Amino acid sequence: MKKLLGMTLLLALLAIVISIFEGQAFLSPGNLHNLLQRIGLLGIYTLGAGIVILSGGIDLSVGSVIGFVGVMVALLVTRGVNPWAASALVIPMCALLGMWHAFLIGRFKLQPFLATLTSLLLLRGLARGISGGASQTLDKGCEAFKQLGNGSFAWIPIPFWILVGIALVLGFMMNFTVYGRYLYAIGRNEDAVRYSGIKVNRIQLLAYVICAVLAGIAGVVELSYIGEVQPASAGLMYEMWAIAGAVLGGCSLRGGEGSVLGVIVGVSLITVMRNGINLVGVNTEWEWAVIGVVILGGVIADAAYKLRAAKRVKA
Amino acid sequence: MNATAATPLLEMKGMTKRFPGVLALDAVDLDLREGEILGLIGENGAGKSTLMRILGGDYPADGGQILLDGGAAAISDVQDSLALGVSVIYQELNLAPNLDIASNIFLGREPGAYGIVDTKRLYARAAELAGRVGISAPMTTLVEKLSPGEQQLVEIAKALSMDARILVLDEPTSSLSPAEAGKLFEVMRGLKQSGVSMIYISHRLAEVEQMCDRVIVLRDGERAGTIERERIGRDEMVKLMVGRDISRFFPERHEREDASVPRALRSIFPPTVLSVRDLVYPGGKAPVSFDLRAGEILGLAGLVGAGRTELVQSLFGIEPKLGGEVRIRGERVDIRSPADAIKAGMGLAPEDRKALGVILEMPVVENISLSSIGSYNPPFLDRARETRVATELVEKLDIKTPGLDQLVQFLSGGNQQKVALAKWLGTSPKILILDEPTRGIDVGSKSEIYKLIRELADGGMGVIMISSEMEEIIGLADRVLVMHEGRCTGTLDRHEISEESIMHLATGGAQA
Repeated sequence: MKKLLGMTLLLALLAIVISIFEGQAFLSPGNLHNLLQRIGLLGIYTLGAGIVILSGGIDLSVGSVIGFVGVMVALLVTRGVNPWAASALVIPMCALLGMWHAFLIGRFKLQPFLATLTSLLLLRGLARGISGGASQTLDKGCEAFKQLGNGSFAWIPIPFWILVGIALVLGFMMNFTVYGRYLYAIGRNEDAVRYSGIKVNRIQLLAYVICAVLAGIAGVVELSYIGEVQPASAGLMYEMWAIAGAVLGGCSLRGGEGSVLGVIVGVSLITVMRNGINLVGVNTEWEWAVIGVVILGGVIADAAYKLRAAKRVKA
Repeated sequence: MNATAATPLLEMKGMTKRFPGVLALDAVDLDLREGEILGLIGENGAGKSTLMRILGGDYPADGGQILLDGGAAAISDVQDSLALGVSVIYQELNLAPNLDIASNIFLGREPGAYGIVDTKRLYARAAELAGRVGISAPMTTLVEKLSPGEQQLVEIAKALSMDARILVLDEPTSSLSPAEAGKLFEVMRGLKQSGVSMIYISHRLAEVEQMCDRVIVLRDGERAGTIERERIGRDEMVKLMVGRDISRFFPERHEREDASVPRALRSIFPPTVLSVRDLVYPGGKAPVSFDLRAGEILGLAGLVGAGRTELVQSLFGIEPKLGGEVRIRGERVDIRSPADAIKAGMGLAPEDRKALGVILEMPVVENISLSSIGSYNPPFLDRARETRVATELVEKLDIKTPGLDQLVQFLSGGNQQKVALAKWLGTSPKILILDEPTRGIDVGSKSEIYKLIRELADGGMGVIMISSEMEEIIGLADRVLVMHEGRCTGTLDRHEISEESIMHLATGGAQA
């Protein structure tokens, strides 16, 4: 909880600093609307990655899934399939991918890093191969579908509403069902959980399926938002943003720590940071370096705090 | 300071160490004489390890003075301590498992120059030291391939390579078989002959009695007393450790031949809860058959590595059986996973408590409910019921914790074990398997856990207890199954249980 509070304060501080320098631009309704939209886009798949991290694993395939889903849906649409139907067809494939990851990890005892790294490569290659590397554009008939990424409801962008809906469902699962309890427990000590009679494989399956499906949904929303998809670059590096957001939001890569609310705070931090860098007029070429330094500061502060706490209790 | 012959080799005066909220050491004095083996005992949390960590330079002291040969010694880190000839061998060994014996002994101090190791000298000097401590394996053996006992010896050789005059051994035998422990004791006697003084920490009072010239007892961070050689004895030690007499260490056994049961029914009463026939399991060398009755404590005795843990883990579905038949209350069961085992009414408290028995970073309440919460009101978390069940069990087992939300890592070993047991009691098992239930637990908690185990059995549960502590088996078990190298070598009934009969079977002797 302390970490969440710290990150929320950091977010507030960041917002204040940006407001001091570029208040007019930062606080303009247009910019705030834009921020919410981006938080929604980034948040959907970061929540999935966060659940996997919390269970003690990692999913590196998120970005490739987003690209693959975008390409597949766009290809189907250009062949006359309704975009909603195409999405409904492709997203269940993501669930299968999640099962595949859990199978590799549970059955063959592959390290999650490796199991999902192969999917990162495989799916990116599939997306580029199937499309022949050509970018796919949604045509004029897709205006309703494009509202998914670009539309608003009650002024709030629809991607943000989607994030809120997913966050409520996951928040309920994590806090009010045994699955949530088991996910935390597995992240802390998988063996002890197995010895306690819980089917660890099934809980891991749940985590990887949630992650892959949310990445699939994010792929659809992203496609709708941009209106086209570049097979080589769509979703590229997104898994890294997801991991960074989850960690900034309080997830520990050792597992067992993190929360839905925390992930959303982490995602907001990254989004506001990127926005601020643009507004303050730092050359965008520096963006990654700045974000890297900020994340480094955050994790070092957390590690230092933990070291101190551990020293205090060592008896 | 007059340096007469009476000046102790080492004196620690008024050692004080404070941790937030706890006074771990309160002005403790300790003296070690030249060439003696000093026993340092006390319940968990008494301050033994803290005191030795100060001596080893691991912790700074908040107060007190350390004198070596009568002169003040400044120890502020591990290097200081080693330079003064003090080597502390902690319970968790500090070896590099992927390096060989010789490299471990001289890790960081390899003979040679300019970063190039003089391999020939390294192995020659290592072999010489290894000879002194009786390591028989070749110097090129990787440490991970050694048994815990041999690894212990490598640590001692390492200490000797640094010319240690004072050797501190913190619970060196806790993971050793009796044979390995015996070998260690031999080495210790040899070192004593050659003038090395030792401080020996152990929970195993029989070993302390056997090995030590003098015993210092700590209790709650204070020195509770000193026992000279001629007065060292179990009762005296226990009295000082707990500050009271433990008149009955083991709970009373109830006569299994219950007179209220008619003679004709005695063969079927109490009923058999678990019946194992020709069980073939991973790691076993021969099929095993046995029965467990309700209300019975079946001891599973044998040396470390006899296959006892493998047997119960197979029963519990961790490494499922390869053949044979298991019946619970007469019904055939096929247990392929711990989940199946729990459904069939089994619980297992594993030997490695911290890694497998509890989740250290999780609160007491969530640990206790872990195995049962899925059955309260799935898929929802029934927090009210969880709290109720946990509160009851904390009370029933007398778990000492500031609250249900306390993380288990902050509890003492004994209370952690009680949490592990509470987790199983929450599932109301018919069969409870305990693998070394009191390993590394202080004397006071041990006695409480024995009482609890007996109560559970009296309540009709069938209990299987693996133990490497002979007195535990003899004091608690109603019947004993003895194993040797993956085979069951015999079963001893109540009146046949004795140290000799168990050792005979445990070392491969045939049953009379």
